[in-house]
Parts: sequence; C-alpha cells; structure tokens
Amino acid sequence: MKILVVDDEKDMQLLFEQRFRKEIRNGITEFAFANSGEEALGYLQRHNHEAVLILSDINMPGMSGLELLQEIKTRYENPPPIVMMITAYGDPDNYNQAMRLGADDFLTKPIDFNQLKEKLKITN
Amino acid sequence: MLDAFVALFLVLHFRKTLKVKAPGSYWFRMFNSTAYAIVILLVLQEVLRISSITMWIWHVLVLLLIIVLLRNPEFKNDRSIALAVLPLVLISFLQDILKVWPNKFADKLANYLDYAFPFAIIWLVTLWIIFRRQQKALEKERKIREEEEREARIVAARKTELEILVNERTAEITRQKEELQHALDDLKATQAQLIQSEKMASLGELTAGIAHEIQNPLNFVNNFSDVSGELLEEMKAELEKGDYNEAIAIAEEVKQNLDKILFHGKRADAIVKGMLQHSRTSSGQKEPTDINALCDEYLRLSYHGLRAKDKTFNAKFETDFDQSLGVIRIIPQDIGRVILNLINNAFYAVNARQKQHVPGYEPTVIIKTSNATATGNRGNIVEIRVIDNGTGIPQSVRDKIFQPFFTTKPTGEGTGLGLSLSYDIVNKGHNGELLLESKEGEGTTFIIKLPAD
Repeated sequence: MKILVVDDEKDMQLLFEQRFRKEIRNGITEFAFANSGEEALGYLQRHNHEAVLILSDINMPGMSGLELLQEIKTRYENPPPIVMMITAYGDPDNYNQAMRLGADDFLTKPIDFNQLKEKLKITN
Repeated sequence: MLDAFVALFLVLHFRKTLKVKAPGSYWFRMFNSTAYAIVILLVLQEVLRISSITMWIWHVLVLLLIIVLLRNPEFKNDRSIALAVLPLVLISFLQDILKVWPNKFADKLANYLDYAFPFAIIWLVTLWIIFRRQQKALEKERKIREEEEREARIVAARKTELEILVNERTAEITRQKEELQHALDDLKATQAQLIQSEKMASLGELTAGIAHEIQNPLNFVNNFSDVSGELLEEMKAELEKGDYNEAIAIAEEVKQNLDKILFHGKRADAIVKGMLQHSRTSSGQKEPTDINALCDEYLRLSYHGLRAKDKTFNAKFETDFDQSLGVIRIIPQDIGRVILNLINNAFYAVNARQKQHVPGYEPTVIIKTSNATATGNRGNIVEIRVIDNGTGIPQSVRDKIFQPFFTTKPTGEGTGLGLSLSYDIVNKGHNGELLLESKEGEGTTFIIKLPAD
C-alpha cells in the first residue's frame, strides 16, 4: 500500500519512517512525502493512482490541506484515494469542514500511531 | 416804578437761571419768595396808591439785588446784567431823590440826569446784547459738556456691560477649560486602557494560534521518545544476537531522535515563552536577540493565529533571512510585537485583495532581514522588511497611518493603535526607524531599521 504524507513539518518524514519501519521493511507499506499541497498534487499527477491513501496536514503555507482535499476529491473520481486529515487544529470547525469536503477520517496531533495503524488495517 | 420792574425782571431772571442750575438752593428760594413779594407789593401799590412810599422800597431792593449780584461769587457770570442796569437804576434813584429834596443844584442835576438817561439805556442794551451772546456761548459750551458727559456715561455703561460680559466669558472659558481638562484626563485613561486591550487582543489571537501550534512540536516530542523506546528494545535484541553493526545503526537513530526531541521541546518552550513575553508589560530590558529567529517565530504565530480565527484565510509566506546578521540588542517582546503587528497587517492586506478575485493572484507575504549598513546609513543598521502583495495603501492613508486610533478596518476589528505603538517602539524605544513603501494595487513594504551597535 502506498501512502502519501503531506505536511510542511519536515521531521514528519523521519517520524513516519521510524514508526512504520517494520511495515516498510516487510514491504507492507511504502511512503512518499510532500511538504505542501502543491507538491502533493504534483506527485499525484506524476504517479497516477499510485497512492491509495493520503495523510494530509491542514495548516500549510500556500494551499491548505482542506483545499488539497477538495481538489483530490473532485479531480480523482474513479475511485478517489482515501484522504485522512492530520492536524494540530482539532477544533469542531476544522473537523466539520474536512468532513463536508469528503475527508475519510480526521486525526489530531500529537499523532497516536497505534490508533493510526489500526485505522489503516480497517481501511485495508 | 421803573425800579420795580427792573427788580422783578432781575429776580425772575435769576430765579429762572437758578431753577435750571441749582433748584432748591438758598438763593433760588430767596428769589422765589422775593418775586412773590414784588408782585404782592405791586398790587398793593396800585390798589392803595402808595407809590410815593413803595418807590423807595423798589430803589433799595434793586440796589440790594445789584449788590448781591456783584458781591456774591455764585453770580459771577451774571454780573454784567447788574452792571447793565446799574446806571439806569442810579439815575432813577437820583431823580426820585431830587424830586423829594429840591435845592439849587437839583434842576441842573435833573437836566444832566435827563441827558444821561438815553446813554444809560444804550449802555443797558449794549451790555444786554453782550450778555446774551456770552450766555449763548456758555449755553453752547454747557451743551457740549453735557453731551460729553452723556457720552462718558454711555461709555462707562458700556464699559461696565463689557466688563460683565468679559467676566461671564472668562467664567465660561474657565469652565470649558476644566471640562476639557477632565475630558483629556478621561481620554488618557481610555488610551491606556486601549493600549492594554490592543495587547490583549493580539494576545488573544496569539493564544488561539499557540494552543494549536504547540501540538506540532509535541507531536514530535511524544512520538520520537516513544519510538526511541521501541528502537532501544530492538537494539537490545540485536546486541543479544551479536549484530553489533545493526545495534550501532539503531543507536545512531536513537541519538538523532533525542536531538529532534530536544529541538522540538525547545520549540514548544519558545512558543510558550513568546506568548508570556507578549502578555507581560515591557520590561524595557534590551537583550542580545537573534533577529531571524524572532521574525520566524512571530511569522508562524501570526499565520497560525489567523488560520485558527478564519478557516478561509490562506496565503503563502516566505522568509529571506540574512544568516550573517547574528544577534543585536533589542527588547525582544517589543520588537516581536511590532513584527507580529506588521505581519498581521500584511496578511490582512493580501486577504483583502484575494477577496477581489483577481485571476492568477497569489497572496504572498515575505519577511526579509538584511544588513543595511552598506546602503548609506549611519552606523550598523539591521533592516527587517515585511513585504506583501496586497491591496496597497493610498497616499491619503499613508500620511495618517502611524497616528494613534487611525484605522481603516471596520469598527471593532482594529483599535487603530497597532502601528502607532509599533512606531513608538521602533523610533522611541530603539532609536530606529519605521518606514513604509506602498503602491496601490501592488502591495506594501514596511521597513524596520534598527541600530545594531
């Protein structure tokens, strides 16, 4: 399963690689990283439909995670990739907006990786 | 008989004069009674036919009157009348004496007196005319004096009136001054309150940002420490297996994680400290401060604060830091407030322009630091530029932008104190300069110049 992680925090890559080191080693998951919404869209265009799961931050300079979500859900229709939002801003406004735009799940930072892994198995 | 009329004439004349000049005076009453006495005596004389007796009374009366007029200083102006009638009176007196006391000179003297009579008349008329003229001149003078007095009275009345008016006005002005002083005191108190609420308002924005922003470093602190625990377990297993190379590789990873934990722990600390420093009243203490770090911190705080407040808000932000700047001595929470204020304004401006839906518009805020010493400034100068491509500021607004309470934001959104306080902090507190360059429809650049030594 290929997962695209979108976050302007660069240390996110190291964290995911360590947290999922066993899954990566065993070839269960493969990760790609983007530092902005724009970068994520570029990646999706280049690697059409490769990523089945997108984990995106919301607050990023430039295109926000919510805009990225909207873009993905309207542009990639058949079938659209699963998008989970991961944000430090877990207020109801943000949550409702993400859900209205078609987010498949909504997680808050600090990330509970055990919970995340469980959700990934459910979506598998 | 003549003397009787002369007496009556004199008495009436002076009675009239005195009536105007000094009614109720001794002489007026005197002349008044005398006039009645003369009239009564005249009537008696005609009824009883006693003119042979009364004529002496007339003579004496006239002479007495003339003496009174000539001797008394009160009638100084009327002496000429007395003089005018004197020859006539004397002639008449002498004629009567001659009538009752005939002697050898009497006829001769009576002749002389007859001759003298016309001259006495001429004398009387002449003096009378002169007297009338004098009287007229005096009357005229008196009228002028009266007029002057009347004017003086009017002037005095006006003066009193004006004095009352001036006093009223003075009282009014004093009252107004006191009211204004009171209003000024109130305003000063309100201003102090507003400065505090401006601080609290931006603190509120910050808090919203911080509460969420702190989750980002915490995410790393929690997860890196947790994962490091797992890694250490794995390392133990590798060591038991005897795979030292793998164990060392894992140890390297753990070390790297600890660095990350420390880094993000410090970052969380800085975020909280920034908030505390912001809320604290300025200590006024200058400390060596890393300008780039300060700008970066407040840029993030501003951005996330605005995002927390307005979900639709979005903008690109870039930093262009001169890494050679090092530290300069400033009051960090004060300059931090200035930077925060300028960045908030910049985001506000790009947001406003974005709402105009210009195709291809990309809202961008850039914060740039540089050493401006080379560009013709005195001493060492560090420059911070906050650049936006927002709506720009019209010239009319530019002139007033640093004035306290000037704001273009809708009521309730801005206190109008942000830039005014920023100006004071930079210009007065740091001996620096706060400038702006702006072009309508293209954007605005705020420049903070700070002396670096």
